Amino acid sequence: MSNKKPVLEVRNLRVEFPNRRGNLVAVDDVSFTVNEGEVLGVVGESGAGKSMTGSAVIGLLEPPGRIAGGEVLLDGERIDNLSPEAMRRVRGKRIGMVFQDPLTSLNPLYTVGRQLTETIQTHQNVSDSQARKQAIDLLAEVGIPAPEKRIDQYPHQFSGGMRQRVVIALALCVNPRMIIADEPTTALDVSIQAQIIKLLKRLCEDHGAAVMLITHDMGVIAETADRVAVMYAGRIAEIGPVKDVIKNAKHPYTKGLMGSIPVVGHDLERLSQIEGSMPRLTEIPRGCAFNPRCPEVFDRCRVERPDLIDVGTSRAACWLHDPASAKKTEAAE
Amino acid sequence: MLDFIVQRLVQAVFVMLTVAMISFSLFQFVGDPVNNMLGPEATAEQRLAARETLGLNDPIPVQFTKWVGNAVQGEFGQSYRMGRPVSDLIAQRLPATLELVAVSALIAVFVGVPMGVYTGLKRNSFLSKIFLTVSLIGISLPTFLIGILLILLFGVTLGWLPTFGRGGLTNIGNWETSLLTARGWSHLILPAITLALFQLTLIMRLVRAEMLEVLRTDYIKFAKARGLRQRSINFGHALKNTLVPVITIMGLQIGALLAFSIITETVFQWPGMGLLIIQAINFGDIPIMSSYLVLVALFFVIINLVVDLLYYVVDPRLRIERTAGAH
Repeated sequence: MSNKKPVLEVRNLRVEFPNRRGNLVAVDDVSFTVNEGEVLGVVGESGAGKSMTGSAVIGLLEPPGRIAGGEVLLDGERIDNLSPEAMRRVRGKRIGMVFQDPLTSLNPLYTVGRQLTETIQTHQNVSDSQARKQAIDLLAEVGIPAPEKRIDQYPHQFSGGMRQRVVIALALCVNPRMIIADEPTTALDVSIQAQIIKLLKRLCEDHGAAVMLITHDMGVIAETADRVAVMYAGRIAEIGPVKDVIKNAKHPYTKGLMGSIPVVGHDLERLSQIEGSMPRLTEIPRGCAFNPRCPEVFDRCRVERPDLIDVGTSRAACWLHDPASAKKTEAAE
Repeated sequence: MLDFIVQRLVQAVFVMLTVAMISFSLFQFVGDPVNNMLGPEATAEQRLAARETLGLNDPIPVQFTKWVGNAVQGEFGQSYRMGRPVSDLIAQRLPATLELVAVSALIAVFVGVPMGVYTGLKRNSFLSKIFLTVSLIGISLPTFLIGILLILLFGVTLGWLPTFGRGGLTNIGNWETSLLTARGWSHLILPAITLALFQLTLIMRLVRAEMLEVLRTDYIKFAKARGLRQRSINFGHALKNTLVPVITIMGLQIGALLAFSIITETVFQWPGMGLLIIQAINFGDIPIMSSYLVLVALFFVIINLVVDLLYYVVDPRLRIERTAGAH
């Protein structure tokens, strides 16, 4: 793999939601790194803990959710235990975030220019005119025509795609080291999704920002990401270079996900699907969380929870790849 | 913008004409004023003469046109009871009511909004819970009871404040004001608080609910994700977004303040419009009743117009859609 420096390191992250009947564990023992200039895709079904991981990294978990364990490091420095004020300075300046819905991400009562200059001036000590000039440059950079004119317009005067460009400009306006993009294209027209993804990737390259791209769209991941983490029920099921994970999935869940992507030219009768649905956080089964739906399940999966195991270039949390249990299944057969 | 104002003004004229018609119909349907004015001993000739001078013998449309024409010029006829022009009576009483309503509205807004913001931001603090509990009292207790309790406490038990009427008045032209002297304020403050309390708690609860709503929105989350200062998020981004519904309610409530002022003025014997209308109703003094009706309607129309214009100032989305639609 690349020998670039890691920008973001997440180690054994655990996010809990305390409630009356105890703790719901939304993110459980999640570890990954994102290196300089790298795009890490994070995929999974709704409720798999992808967004929760993103929110935890940037310190915006909705209470009562809280980080109950593990560490988050940005450029080698812990940020999960910073004071609220110190964390506020990190947000926007060193980690930017792009949300799903550009229609609701912008404050309707302020011009986009004001939202940009406010963000710039919060983190940089620049004059009003300097901030405005930076804002116009940013709008031009994200491909908004006539930025000198558009800067004084309100969000509702922009189309959805244009608004997402503004949102991206806002996230990148003080050159953060890291961008967390949480489903940045889900709310957009299909025809615009590819543009926005391309733009996001190009801008992050230009600004030298690493990207954590959260999505449930494997197509987007395949095009954009360098590496991908597949999440299931709050844990990482498989993580590895995107080509390997797509072409040669190690975890049965990933295989199932890949089987559900339509491929043009392949004349399949029907797409394969994974039977059943992801368990609710209150009902995660013993052993491997995927075991009730797994076509390759065997005894050990129902009892012991697998950790990530090195398999070639990827790592998968599946007993199939544990040499010890592999022997055991052979013996059983 | 301009054609919007013109459009609203035209609507306002229609509203006012309708109200005028209803007010005028009071004359036709609520008893015979001549009986009230002259008493049972009057002769038939006296009655006829009175009908003639009051213009009651003209056909009804003619009477209505005359009445509206006079009303537009500020001429509402003679009070049956006091035999003086209604316009004089109103001009004399109006400052008292307007000052009371204005001070109450200011108390309601400048105490209610900060309390609402505070309880919205610090949802779980002890003080918020106290505010919310106390606000229940403000919402549930009727105005007259609050007034009486305040009189009992500050007027009777503690003896700090006068309990009725106005005092310490100064004249600015024809306007008798109590705002310029400490004594004037001492008379004003209890009725103003009485009148303001319900509105205050209403505004507080509304601002709180709106703040909670707005703080959940994506743009607040995104503002946080950009590392904006908490103060800027709370008061710049969040509070401004709560203003549209708050302005609406405040506009309506200023109208309600005028209406509730009848009760407050009665409790505190505050010599304003409310007291005037109560006495007029008791006596069947129709010119005063009808002109009060017209006047209150006029206030409502003006307030609504101002509220509509304020929307424009606050919410850019309305500005654009309107101009786009108008061209």
